[in-house]
Amino acid sequence: MANGSSRPLSPHLQVYRFQWTMALSITHRITGVGLTIGTLLITWWLVAAAAGPDAFATAQGFIGSWFGMLLMFGWTWALFFHLANGIRHLVWDAGYAFELQNAERGAYIVAIASIVLTLLAWIIGLIAW
Amino acid sequence: MVEFNLPANSRVGVGKTVNAAQGAKRAKTFRIYRWNPDDGQNPRVDTFIVDLDKFGPMILDAIIYIKNNLDSTLTFRRSCREGICGSCAMNIDGTNTLACLKAIEDIPGDVGIYPLPHMPVVKDLVPDLKHIYAQLASIKPWLQSQSPAPPDRERLQSPEDRAKLDGLYECILCFCCSTSCPSYWWNGDRYLGPSILLQAYRWIVDSRDEMTGERLDNLEDPFRLYRCHTIMNCTKACPKGLNPAKAIAEIKKLMVARR
Repeated sequence: MANGSSRPLSPHLQVYRFQWTMALSITHRITGVGLTIGTLLITWWLVAAAAGPDAFATAQGFIGSWFGMLLMFGWTWALFFHLANGIRHLVWDAGYAFELQNAERGAYIVAIASIVLTLLAWIIGLIAW
Repeated sequence: MVEFNLPANSRVGVGKTVNAAQGAKRAKTFRIYRWNPDDGQNPRVDTFIVDLDKFGPMILDAIIYIKNNLDSTLTFRRSCREGICGSCAMNIDGTNTLACLKAIEDIPGDVGIYPLPHMPVVKDLVPDLKHIYAQLASIKPWLQSQSPAPPDRERLQSPEDRAKLDGLYECILCFCCSTSCPSYWWNGDRYLGPSILLQAYRWIVDSRDEMTGERLDNLEDPFRLYRCHTIMNCTKACPKGLNPAKAIAEIKKLMVARR
């Protein structure tokens, strides 16, 4: 808080102990930003598909490369994390699961679900590919 | 504004070390934030190594011992020493709590003690609470009614209505919750923070209060109420076991319900 005096600001992030619930909150925001950027990638791919075979080959070549696949993998995780945590927020908005134990349980469920769903999607995707 | 780093005048240096644990069976190290408004220096962390057999079991006992025996300039607020006044709220071992309720033996290793986070410091462990008290005043934390009180008795309340105040009236305004909240760190100038919003809900939900609509109008604001992102640090920090996050969610629900 700005105070306009010579008083120092007490330490905050520098001293506050790591909390799971706090980590999930900031991850929700970061994945939200990541998803927006990922959408640009998908848009490029779709526009390239409409623009013609040469443009599509370029886009497909990038997304199909190991780096493109890595981005896609991160994007998949971000999607599932944001989805799962979004559902957790819906439950909260309805007024449930605020007890500390349930709030932390929810945090673990979201973290595990996002990883399981990501792996599942990629296993299904790679088998179908 | 989000500023992750401390301003230049707030960066914390290394202070002195006082070893008062010669021959101690149970020695413990306390690292305590110090800032003196009169010496023109940056804040620093002093180290006190003390003998746990010389004083009581709580963090407050330790800092009172240090003040009485090792450094009388150590400055902190304390009063009741039993968790009902809220004066000795500080950041102990990384989380906000009351020094009088925190047992030393619950902390493995060295004990770090800092003022409540992201607050202007008056001296050592004493934060400036002027702004947060002004925020408390802004929600009018008293019973407001227009109908006259019964001439012969108090305003009565059913046991069910009274029960709605449980988990709210116990708040002692120590501000452990508000100063644990990253949203309050970054937007504390306009966001009311968990402690003040819990107080607001305490009067909103009181069946005897007749200004519920005005109270909600006052909170209907992107900053005052809606900077809460359910981070849950508040509920984790509360030394009285209350749930400010839940109180804020109930206010948000009332906002939706009255549309």
